[in-house]
Amino acid sequence: MSSTSVISSRRWGLSKQNEPMNYWRKTEQTRTIIVVLAVLVVVWEMSVRIFGIRSFLLPAPTIVLSDIIGNPIFFGKQSLYTLYVTSVGFLIALVGGVLAAIAIVSSSFIDRTFYTLLVATNSIPKVALAPLFVIWLGTGGAPKIAIAAIIAIFPIVINTTVGLRAIDNDMIDLARSARAPRRDIMLKVRFPNALPSVFAGAKIGISFALIGAIVGEFVAGEQGLGYVILTSQATFNSTRAFAAILVLGVLGTIMFFIIEAIERWMLPWHVSQRSQKGR
Amino acid sequence: MESESVIRSSDPAYISIHGVEKTYAADGSPISALKGIDLDIAAGEFVSIVGPSGCGKSTLLKCVAGLQAVSSGSISIRSKQVQTPPDNMAIVFQRDVLFDWRTVLDNVLVLVEFRGLRRQDYEQRALRLLKDYGLDGYAHRFPWELSGGMRQRVAICRALIVDPDLLLMDEPFGALDAMTRDDLNAELERLWYETRKTIIFITHGIDEAVYLGDRVVVMARNPGRIAEIVPINIPRPRPLSIRQTEEFGKYVQHIRHLFASMGLVKAE
Repeated sequence: MSSTSVISSRRWGLSKQNEPMNYWRKTEQTRTIIVVLAVLVVVWEMSVRIFGIRSFLLPAPTIVLSDIIGNPIFFGKQSLYTLYVTSVGFLIALVGGVLAAIAIVSSSFIDRTFYTLLVATNSIPKVALAPLFVIWLGTGGAPKIAIAAIIAIFPIVINTTVGLRAIDNDMIDLARSARAPRRDIMLKVRFPNALPSVFAGAKIGISFALIGAIVGEFVAGEQGLGYVILTSQATFNSTRAFAAILVLGVLGTIMFFIIEAIERWMLPWHVSQRSQKGR
Repeated sequence: MESESVIRSSDPAYISIHGVEKTYAADGSPISALKGIDLDIAAGEFVSIVGPSGCGKSTLLKCVAGLQAVSSGSISIRSKQVQTPPDNMAIVFQRDVLFDWRTVLDNVLVLVEFRGLRRQDYEQRALRLLKDYGLDGYAHRFPWELSGGMRQRVAICRALIVDPDLLLMDEPFGALDAMTRDDLNAELERLWYETRKTIIFITHGIDEAVYLGDRVVVMARNPGRIAEIVPINIPRPRPLSIRQTEEFGKYVQHIRHLFASMGLVKAE
């Protein structure tokens, strides 16, 4: 096997010859992550103990972990709230973003006005709008959901628009040759063709929605992991803050992989998926 | 295949192309893609169009299909001016243009959906077409699971699903290997022989053009124009072996000489 084919088969995860070898190769990334994280945690734990760092500056990982394990109901409740804000905000961004992209591609007027505005406002740090949302929507769940949605919508709109436009002209000609109505060209040709881009946008969007939710909880929160971090800071309870951050990390990772699982399920035909199914 | 009346109409010019020009507005000077194209095509005729790349043969096909407007001149089908894609016409492109997200069966049925017809009415026909084209058992597979030749066969089934009178083929076998191309050539010849559809077949392969066509339209470029129309008087049905005959060779030689005189190929 030449060196180039080793690289390409690793890259695409092609599986044909010697399965155990391939399984080893496929899980390489996962194994690397686990090892790096484990080393990091051990170094962290050791340094805290050896140098006697006080826990309000830097708590040892074992202490952080025991805080979570010791208060499962508290962390569960706060996580659920953040999860709720994030997912509702994300869903609004997803539906709104995809509809907006369809409108942008369908109408050159909307393209010139709305899309131009969108691209221009994309450079504004959206978190700066958070205090305004509190003024407009109060201190309940609504402003937090709004912030999560407004941050998440940008990558979804932009990716979907690009995906809807990146179409093979022959596909459109094929549809036109059968006098397909515009709606069919959008829903049966452009949209399915754009789905990989929609998912690319959604994967960025879900992380952004989580950021939005935390910012919202920072600005005006009574619950949620962002609120936990903020109140821990007020009482110098670094252990609690670290615990909340750890839970946040886990939450974000899980949500990302849920989107990826949905993508794999919905787009078995896409190039990036083919290797897993085998030809 | 569905039965089609062999003689479609008393009017010999099923498609009438008259004085067609097509110019593109390039920055500065307009580029002339087609100039003075006159061509009458009879119902049930198989016309091959052969020419070098850039001779506007694909543009001509898109104009006949109503996908592009002509700059001047007229194209009419059954004395009706072509402005939008005509009814009962289907196109096969060089690339199969299958939708990756649809199964083979759903790909074949997509034009039925586009035309606003009922899927159920065509499912049996779709399965029969797939069987005729050796794709038995692939109906529920996805396009990426198929070879290039199989994919193009699916594209042909898709074109045939609504039983079009007029089949426009834009270098349909150009991307296939020689052996698959031979198979598909023979299948197309058989299809034409059995159904007598009107077929316009664009290619840059002289052999293919002669083997399939009742007439071969030889095009030249700069600007895109018809250099000569060569009637092919080889009896049908035509087995592939006909390509070894002296008669066939003469036609190919003649067209090759035409291209040579235009400076496009080296004379042998």
